[in-house]
This record gives sequence, C-alpha cells and structure tokens, in this order.
Amino acid sequence: MGNTSSMLTQYDIEEVQEHCNNTFSQQEIVSLYQRFCQLDRNSGGFISADEFLSVPEFAVNLLSQRLFRMVDGLNFKEFVAFLSAFSSRATLQHKVEFIFKVYDFDGNGKVAFSDLLDVLRDLTGQFISEQQRELVLTHVLEEAGYKKDSLLVLSDFTKILGNTGLKMEVEIPVD
Amino acid sequence: MVISQRNPLSSRTSKMNKLTTSSSELDLDRPNIEDYLPTDSIPQPHAKLRLRDLLDISPTLTEAAGAIVDDSFTRCFKSNPPEPWNWNIYLFPLWCLGVVVRYGILFPGRVLILTIGWIIFLSCYIPVHVLLKGHDKLRKRLERALVELICSFFVASWTGVVKYHGPRPCARPKQVFVANHTSMIDFIVLEQMTAFAVIMQKHPGWVGLLQSTILESVGCIWFNRSEAKDREIVARKLREHVEGTDNNPLLIFPEGTCVNNNYTVMFKKGAFELGATVCPIAIKYNKIFVDAFWNSRKQSFTTHLLQLMTSWAVVCDVWYLEPQNMKPGETAIEFAERVRGIISARAGLKMVPWDGYLKYSRPSPKHRESKQKSFAESVLRRLEEK
Repeated sequence: MGNTSSMLTQYDIEEVQEHCNNTFSQQEIVSLYQRFCQLDRNSGGFISADEFLSVPEFAVNLLSQRLFRMVDGLNFKEFVAFLSAFSSRATLQHKVEFIFKVYDFDGNGKVAFSDLLDVLRDLTGQFISEQQRELVLTHVLEEAGYKKDSLLVLSDFTKILGNTGLKMEVEIPVD
Repeated sequence: MVISQRNPLSSRTSKMNKLTTSSSELDLDRPNIEDYLPTDSIPQPHAKLRLRDLLDISPTLTEAAGAIVDDSFTRCFKSNPPEPWNWNIYLFPLWCLGVVVRYGILFPGRVLILTIGWIIFLSCYIPVHVLLKGHDKLRKRLERALVELICSFFVASWTGVVKYHGPRPCARPKQVFVANHTSMIDFIVLEQMTAFAVIMQKHPGWVGLLQSTILESVGCIWFNRSEAKDREIVARKLREHVEGTDNNPLLIFPEGTCVNNNYTVMFKKGAFELGATVCPIAIKYNKIFVDAFWNSRKQSFTTHLLQLMTSWAVVCDVWYLEPQNMKPGETAIEFAERVRGIISARAGLKMVPWDGYLKYSRPSPKHRESKQKSFAESVLRRLEEK
C-alpha cells in the first residue's frame, strides 16, 4: 500500500480487513484511513511521536507513552490491526491479549512484578510512594494466589480478567 | 471519544476559586484544562481492591484509543470545504463556465475595486495623518471613517454579503467586545461597520506592515504568542485602553486562534478580567460558496484572500448580542464560559473544552497529575476496605 496515494483501492481494503481478522467493516477501514492521513501530516506513511502528541486527548492519557511505543512507526495496515482490539467485534480474548501486551513491555510473553509496578507507577505518579506501590501489588497478588516473584503469562491474565467482561470499545465515526 | 458531551462546568468551583486567588496579577495565561475536564474518568467503585482491579486498565486504554480514532480538538481545526455540485453532464460545463466567470471576470473586477479603494484611502489617509497632526480629535474621526471605508472595499472585493443583526455598537468607556474567530477577515467584516481597536498577533510580511501603520491609528494592541513576558505588558495595555475615554471600542478574540466555525474552543480569561462590560458578537459564515476558515497551518493569509476573491461570495451573519456583566460571585473563567455559551448558542457552534493554544504547544502535566491523584486515592481507599 503506497503512502503516496490518498485513495484506497478495494484490494487494499480487503487486505487490511483480512489482516485485522474482519474486526472492522470496510466503511470503518475507510474512515480509519482518513483519520490516519489526517494525523500523518507530513505524509510519511506512519504517524510520528509529534503527530500523536499533537492530539491533546492522547497526550494527557496516563498510558500514552506505553501505547505510543506500541504504535510508533506502524503503517496503516498495522495501525488498523493495533486498533482492532477496540472494535465491538473483537473477542474478549483479543482484548485480554492487548492488555497483556501493554504490560509485557519487552515482549517475552511473561509479565513480572517490575512490569506491574511500572504500569501502576504510570497510573498513580507521585501520589503513592514506591514502597506503598510495592506493598499494594504484593498484597493483591498474594490474595489472588500468586507470589511476588511469579511471572504472569497470558493464561493468567485471561483467568483474572476473563470472567467479568471487559469494556474496551471505541466507535469509529463513519461519515 | 467526544469530549463535548461532558459538561465543562461540573462542580469544580472549589478548584476554580483556588486558581483565581493564586494568580492575582492580571495575565492572559491559558486557563488550566483541569478546571474544565472531569478528572474522575477512571471509574472508582468502593469494593475491596483485587488484582483484577489493578490489571484492568481498559478504561484508560479505551480513552487513548478513542483519542487516536477521533478527537474533538483536531475536529475544531479541520477545513470543511463546501460540497462540490459539478457532478453530471450539464452541471459540469456550468461549473466550468462559473470558473471562467470567477477567475476571468470577477477576479480582475475585484482587484480593480480593491486597487481603487486603496488609492482613495491612501490619498486621503496620508494627508489627514500628516497635516492634521495638531487637531487630534478631528484626525481621529477622519481616520476612523477612512479605516471603515477601506474595510468596506475589502468586503466588496470578495462580494461579501454580511447581515448585521442587533444594535450597532457605540463607543462607551468601560466596555469590551468579544467575538468568535474564524479568520482574519472577521476583523475586516466587523471593522467596516464600526472602527474597533483590536488586539492581534503581530504578523510578518505585508500584513505586519498594515498593522504597524494604519491599524496603529485606530489604537490596536499587538502581542506575541511566543513571548511569555509579553502577557503582562499586553494585559496592562488592555486595562489602559478600556479605561481611557477617547479610545475606539476594543475588540478581542478570546479564542486566541482561528477555529473552523463549527466549534468554539475555550475563551481566555484576559478579556473578562478588565472590570468592563463584555458585549458578545457572534459571527457565522455560510459555507455555501466558500469556506471562510483560515487554516493557518495549510495556507498563508495571501493564498486565503485570493481564494476568497475567486469565489462567488462570502456570506455571513453577525449578531451583536446583549452586553454582559460579571455576576456577583462569578470568577473570570466562569464569566468567559458563560459568554462563550451565549455566542455558541447564537451562532450554532459546538463548545469544546480545549485551549486553542494547544495548536502550538503541548498540554500541561497538571491534567495527568490530577488523574493520577484521583486513581491513587481510590486505590489506597479501597485497600482499607474489608
């Protein structure tokens, strides 16, 4: 998919749709493409840090740094695949996988205590001391049957997050 | 994620009072976003804290994804050109004929009108300015009339069809006019009816030249967005102007930047802290022939003007609304938001809780901090629950 053309062909749309496992309709993909082009102001084929951070709602988000590193340098097809976890057609497992990937920073399939601590630090900032954070995490981990040095894998996440349903949906505006 | 659905003035009054008492000196600082946006976007139930609650970051992720997919800030600055109508076999040649008429007949005609206007203006203005140096009152009156004249010529050069509603503004001390901002032509459209003194960003090029010569005579005030010290000086100049008896009425565009005439961004409180009556003006452009929004990121002012001059007409409505005073117990920010509501309602614009200056800079870390604070407090509180 060339980044010089501003029009998607039917082939392109179908390719993207396949890549994201049909979680988006063709109309939604066209809308997402318009949005992608709108954000990618210098038409580099990907959205740079500056362009993401120029969206104030994204810049003030507490997990923007982590998300940004996941979405940095993605071309349009990968961008749509990234967002597919937020589609109403995405499965619960898909959403759990996305959350797992946010925690699993180094991508080795295991979430350690330090990863959990990092995300909690992003969410609470200077308003909880580091010691308190560790205590809180240790406490809830032990209560759920894990130890402080346990390494959580995807199936653990599925077990913990899976049964009460996740509300993680975004509506793509379609003109 | 559409932020405009949230009520920007939900019960944060205690926070707002804290804000105004700490910044007692007059300044045109951008209002803090945290005063407008609710900070409890992460839901805080009261049950005991479990592992699941810490792992479930879905609300924050959803907000981020929502912002990636659509955000109200970018929408404010999106150009919405009018729909093309040249679709079929007889409309297309009509449109082509229209192009020929617009570029071949109207445009040269308009350039001619504008040139004549400038000649008349300069040949009257320069003598008046130079010769009547001693007779200030008369000189000011004549210069005012001449500025109104040249603005009328400008408006004629785009065949502006402007409908003014409401009582014509008069020059009284202790009053300030505020309007929503779509393009620099807002100023010209308003100026042709009444000579205002305006506060503007200093521009480079020929616009800057006009600013420093002719607009100086109507009493305009300049500022430079990028200079921080500038704000105090400007604030002082504003106060002096408003309190002076002989000055032209002051016009301020509190949004601070051009917005696309479908939305209004947050008003800066500077205009509302001067202790003067605020007279709101609402301007709405009809996009039927051309989109009057000046997208300063996409085109220079000259290109924008040329685009206007080669279109059929610029149609707009101007409403002079009822003057407002600060209510007792109202802060400047609340006053600004109230007036923004009045203007937006009249012109049919949607209000968004963003600061227009975010076009040029990043949001301050305070908003993230307040979100972190409320989440941290909730975690600690729930930890205590049994």
